[in-house]
This record gives sequence, C-alpha cells and structure tokens, in this order.
Amino acid sequence: MKRWLVPGAFAACLLPLAWLVARFLLHDLGANPIDTVLNDLGYITFVLLALTLACTPAQILLGWNWTLRIRKLLGDFCFFYACLHMLSYLGLDQGLDVSAIVQDVLKHKFIMLGMATWLLLLPLAVTSTDGWQKRLGFRRWKRLHRLVYLAAGLASIHFILRFKTPRIETLAWTAVMAVLLLVRVFEAARRRVRMIQSG
Amino acid sequence: MARVRSSEITPKALWLRRREFLALGAAGAGAVLLGADAARAREVKHGAKLPSVTPNPKYAAGETKTPFQDITTYNNFYELGTDKGDPSDNADKLVTRPWTLKIDGEVAKPRTWDIDEILKTFPVEERVYRLRCVEAWSMVIPWDGFPLGDLIKKAEPTSRAKYVAFTSVVQPQMPGVKGYAGIPFPYLEGLRIDEAMHPLAILAVGLYGEVLPNQDGAPIRLVAPWKYGFKSGKSLVRIRLQETQPPTTWSQYAGGGEYGFYANVNPEVDHPRWSQAKERRIGEFLRRKTLMFNGYPEVAPLYAGMDLRKFF
Repeated sequence: MKRWLVPGAFAACLLPLAWLVARFLLHDLGANPIDTVLNDLGYITFVLLALTLACTPAQILLGWNWTLRIRKLLGDFCFFYACLHMLSYLGLDQGLDVSAIVQDVLKHKFIMLGMATWLLLLPLAVTSTDGWQKRLGFRRWKRLHRLVYLAAGLASIHFILRFKTPRIETLAWTAVMAVLLLVRVFEAARRRVRMIQSG
Repeated sequence: MARVRSSEITPKALWLRRREFLALGAAGAGAVLLGADAARAREVKHGAKLPSVTPNPKYAAGETKTPFQDITTYNNFYELGTDKGDPSDNADKLVTRPWTLKIDGEVAKPRTWDIDEILKTFPVEERVYRLRCVEAWSMVIPWDGFPLGDLIKKAEPTSRAKYVAFTSVVQPQMPGVKGYAGIPFPYLEGLRIDEAMHPLAILAVGLYGEVLPNQDGAPIRLVAPWKYGFKSGKSLVRIRLQETQPPTTWSQYAGGGEYGFYANVNPEVDHPRWSQAKERRIGEFLRRKTLMFNGYPEVAPLYAGMDLRKFF
C-alpha cells in the first residue's frame, strides 16, 4: 500500500489526459472538439484543485496521514492541467490572436477570473520544490501557499460563470470548496483556543 | 547459460517503476475501449424522408453544409437536458404524435392545426441557412420548411397584432422538465409582427430532406436566421398574435435578463461574458468573423432608426 501510493496517484492523475487523447484519436470529442477539450481540461483542473485542498481536511477530520504524502503531487498536477487548459484557450480557442485575447481578458470577468486563477497558481507551482521551501523558510513559504485559498474562490466563480444558468454541478463544487476552506478556519480557531487555554 | 548483453538489461530505476508503466498501460487501454464504446453510442438514426421538398435556389448559401451528425448531436434544448449531447441522447423523450399547433390571439380566424394538416397544406422548400448560436459557434443547415408568414396570413391578423409569441412544448417525461434546468418552462420566444412576416422567417419541419429530428425541435420549429439561435423556438405548440411585446425566456427570466428581446446577430455587441465578434463554424479550426445580421442584410430595413446597441 505504502509503495503504491505515490506511483498510483501519479498514474491516476494522468488518466484524464489519456481519456482525452483516446477520445481525440477515436474522433469522439463531438461536434465542437475544441470546446470539449477546453472545458474538460478546465473541469479536471478544478477537480484536482479540490482534491489538493481536501488532503489537509482529510487528515484533520479522518486522521488520514497518507493524503499529505500525495498533496504536493496533486497540486503539481492541478497546475499541469491548468497550463493545458490555458494553452487550449490561447491556442485552440483563440488561435493565438493576441488582440482578441487581450480584449477578451480585459472586457469579460469570466475570462479574467480564469487568467487570475492561473497567475495565482503559477508562483505556487514554481516554489513547490523542497529547495524553494528551504530558500523561503517554512513560515514564508506557507504564507505564500495560502494563495491557493484565493485561487479556489476565483476558480469557483469562473466555473459558475461558464454556464448561462446556475447549475447544480457548479454550485455543488463551490460548496465543496467552501467546506474545505471552512474546515481550516475551524481548525485554526480550535488551535488558538487550545493555545490560550494551555497558556 | 546464454549471456545477457548489458543493453538488454532494464535500468534499475525503470525496473523499480515497472508497476507504474503497467498501470499507465492498463489505464490507457481502458480509456481507449471506453472511448470506442461512447463513439458507437452516439450514432444518430436518420428519420423518414419528407415526401416532396423543392430546393429554393435563392437561399442556397453556397457554403459547406454542416454534417447531419453534428447538427443532430450538438444542440441546446434544455427540456431534453442542459448539456450539448443530452437532447440527442434523450430524443425519444419527446413525443411528436399526436401534435397540434394553435394559432390565436389578435386574429380573425384562430385555429388549432394538426401537424399532418400543416404538412399537407404548405409546400415545403429547402433553404440552406447559417445558424449562429449566442455561444459563438455556428453551423450551415439545410432546413425544410415554409414561410412563417404563410401560416400567419391564413389566420388573418387584426390591426392590433403587433407581436407574435411562440410557446414550446412541455411534456412531463422530458428530463429537463422533470429535473432542474435553470430556466422556467414552457420556453417562450417572440418576434415583432414585421419580423415574423419577413420572408426569411420560416417554420421548419425537416432538415436534409428528412423529418425533423426530435433534438432539433420536431415536429415544427421557428427558424429566424438573422437572430441568435435561441430566438428560434423548438417544438412549437402555440403561436399567439398580440398587441404587447411578449415575455421571452432569456430576456425575462434566466441570468438576470442578459439577452435582449431582439437578439439580432451583431458582432459589435458583446455577450456579458464573451465577445460576439467571431464565431467557430462547427468543423473549422480558426474562428471566422461574425457578420451583421448573420450575413442577411435584407433584414436591416426592419431596424431602421433603432439603436441596436440598446435593443440588442
């Protein structure tokens, strides 16, 4: 079990990509394959962000320590899919039309939110290595990585705005994100109370 | 014992990761099999041939027609589900016989038409129209239908008939109706009377010379090609002429009124969340420029003197 955990998680994280590639090869991406690829990649990114953020609550609430061993891997894959999502927007969807992209980002908050989320994830992915953790010092590194909570909020709004109507799916995922963040708030408050009590 | 050359020995680092490769291979093979299955499931059945369809050369468009498969598997028809593939998957949840279409309101001769009477009364012609969806994709569709004005004229509109309201069907077994689709049903649409009487506006009963597939709005639907696709109500059960502007689903209820009543295709007025300047023609890679009124300038006189940025 222990030896399998990380390689297993690694393989599982590649599954969605394999699925997309297989559907591409079999011409099963539907009438609008670019939209399918763009949206599926966005969805995978969102789910991986939620899974990354679920590791700590799983440890707090369920006492699962193994989740912490794959947290970094999940976070890195989240950024990997975020990059593919971004590239598919720039290249496939917009055909690298720079002026159209700039207009799109500036005029539409849906697009701007997606961009902002990717920008927030970028420094986290860069500093995800042990080397950077040492260089920054754990406290500063940890403070920086709290940006992921903001990213979760922006990603949720981006996801909701994608559809013309409110959807159960997007609202449910936003609720999941909110719960994952609230667990941390309660845990921090509990610790503070305990620290004060123990004086 | 045969000697093993060093080149044949798997490097230890790779050997240690052998299970990963196995897992990956298995995952890949699984994905391929599931994908093949999904592809098979999406074959669309063809409908019965329409008895007599005359091509109208005036509306031949001269553009590559979107394949039947794409027109019938990529639909917005929330009564049958909110994802693009849902209407095709749930097509059998719409019952199209018996079917009546009522025309009433400000008319001298209100009437409830049986769909088969309609098919016998109005000569059906083929018109190849561009369809521009508000979501910035487009198709070229060979519709089979007849001018909406012909049906309206038979009802003899009164002088008070200023607008035409369209009501789409609601059937309890339709999955979007049973569940939650984000918009209220029935789906309501509307046109101004002069728009409805314009020769471009048709009632379609088929496409590619075949009976209209359910997911495309069987048995009878509106097609107003200079407007965004959502204006062309599907599976119509009632056409009502009236003096006041009718409420329409997307302008009144959903998303806080993000679409106006007119919804003419206009590259200069953005959707709140995306640009309408370009569109992706289904089957093409790069986006093409969106044309004013979707390339039907003959409707421009209908809007003379109107600020189309305000009445979008």
